[in-house]
Amino acid sequence: MTAPSLGRGMLRRFACNRGAVASLALLLLLGGVALVGPALLGRPPGWIDWEHVAVAPFTAAGHWLGTDRLGRDLLVRTLHGLRVSLAIALAATLVSLLVGVSWGAVAGYLRGRVDTLLMRIVDVLYALPQVFFVIVLTVACGRSPLTLLIAIAAFGWLTTARIVRAQALALREREFIAAAIVGGAGPVRIIARHVVPNLLGPVVVYATLLIPQAILVESFLSFLGIGVQQPLASLGNLIADGAAEMQTAPWLLLVPGGCLVLLVAVCNFLGDGLRDALDPQDS
Amino acid sequence: MALLSIRDLAVRFAGAPDAAGAVAGVSLEVDAGECVALVGESGSGKSQLLLACLGLLAAGGRASGSARFDGRELLGADGAAARQRGRGIGLVFQDATGSLTPHRRIGTLLAEVAVAARGCPAAQARQEVGHMLERVRLPDPARWSRAYPHELSGGMRQRVALAAALMARPRLLFADEPTTALDPTVQAGVIALLDELRQDTGMAVLLVTHDLGVAAALASRIAVLRAGRIVESAATATLLRNPRHPYSAELLAALAGGACA
Repeated sequence: MTAPSLGRGMLRRFACNRGAVASLALLLLLGGVALVGPALLGRPPGWIDWEHVAVAPFTAAGHWLGTDRLGRDLLVRTLHGLRVSLAIALAATLVSLLVGVSWGAVAGYLRGRVDTLLMRIVDVLYALPQVFFVIVLTVACGRSPLTLLIAIAAFGWLTTARIVRAQALALREREFIAAAIVGGAGPVRIIARHVVPNLLGPVVVYATLLIPQAILVESFLSFLGIGVQQPLASLGNLIADGAAEMQTAPWLLLVPGGCLVLLVAVCNFLGDGLRDALDPQDS
Repeated sequence: MALLSIRDLAVRFAGAPDAAGAVAGVSLEVDAGECVALVGESGSGKSQLLLACLGLLAAGGRASGSARFDGRELLGADGAAARQRGRGIGLVFQDATGSLTPHRRIGTLLAEVAVAARGCPAAQARQEVGHMLERVRLPDPARWSRAYPHELSGGMRQRVALAAALMARPRLLFADEPTTALDPTVQAGVIALLDELRQDTGMAVLLVTHDLGVAAALASRIAVLRAGRIVESAATATLLRNPRHPYSAELLAALAGGACA
């Protein structure tokens, strides 16, 4: 059996999965709107309209989704929040992947003592409660999107490292690795050129599951007040604001909440689709 | 002095039930430019012998004795010393599909060997790829060097695997059942190619095979391996005409029988 390739067969299988293609389209749409939307609306997220405070959706001109208690436009803030949440989640996922893939590949390829040491570190970090870690980190480094990114990435890479290590352990027994060693390649070259590219398939799938997870953790921490801080909006702190006024202004909760649910669901569908596409036996 | 000199080489696997081990005290010499065949049935330890010399035994495998290549001890060498082997010894497997990294283009894969094994500049390595693919008789090298291993036929893949090993300009080539996975006509082509390349480059070949016919076509000397021991070792013509060990005679009879069928 050859390693799953990211080739034409995979694209075809992916294209056949309507749910996954629709999810990808919707994800791109959400991303695009988050990227250019705020600029099109032309208002900063903290902009206050004293004329229209706490108006319901579709009742005041210029505020399609209404405003909050301070007269800030909900559509503008949701788009900004979406942008911040997505940016933090993507950056955290990227960092998780970079660290996790190199960590796991080195451990799996070298085996022995290096493997034991590296993976025990992973085990110890796994045992650490994330919320506790984040609180300590925010106390030490202050509350900023960067702290949040570090807090999410610090846990995201652990599972990646385990998945990659397992793959690398299997790959290192393959003949092409022996051929590369006899061909004079050193461990660094073999890991970078022969091991890592061959395990990217499962990693790509895992990444699509890591992104929604990162979005959820970001929102959760912002909801608790230890994540993104006002006046900067994120889906998490918008939901926290909305939850406080759930009975008087439910739209403040429903709009960012719906956004979050949609985003996470779309990412998960996409991950499922990719997994099916990468596994030729399952089509 | 022989290019490769193996003395009392034994390979044992931790937890294996047989006290004798996979290879039980083999001594063998290969001179520069010579082709020696190691013939034996599956499980006789022929592949383990090669892997032990290259330091590639599976986990739990331990080699003892001595194997000197060009005067340098191969057993027990680690790290940097192990990489040095790449500059002198090449390896071709039975299964070329598994020995070519699946996601890399043929050309890149071959060029990398020249860079890693000989410190050849990348641009020069890319030029050498074309020549090497021509030498192993791959039609249209320019086209195939852009292909991935799975796009090639079995025979072509084995030619590419051979080319990859030769990019390191080894003085000794370990060929582990290089033709077993191929059908007879393709097999004949690869055998002829291997012989031609050996004569052109002057490299020595240690051929491992279960097929006495392949061994007879390529090797000047044949060593018959059974249950981890060499039972007979003689010049090819002598062994074919007058096998002294009953097992050699058996192998020969099997070959004749196969030829008649």
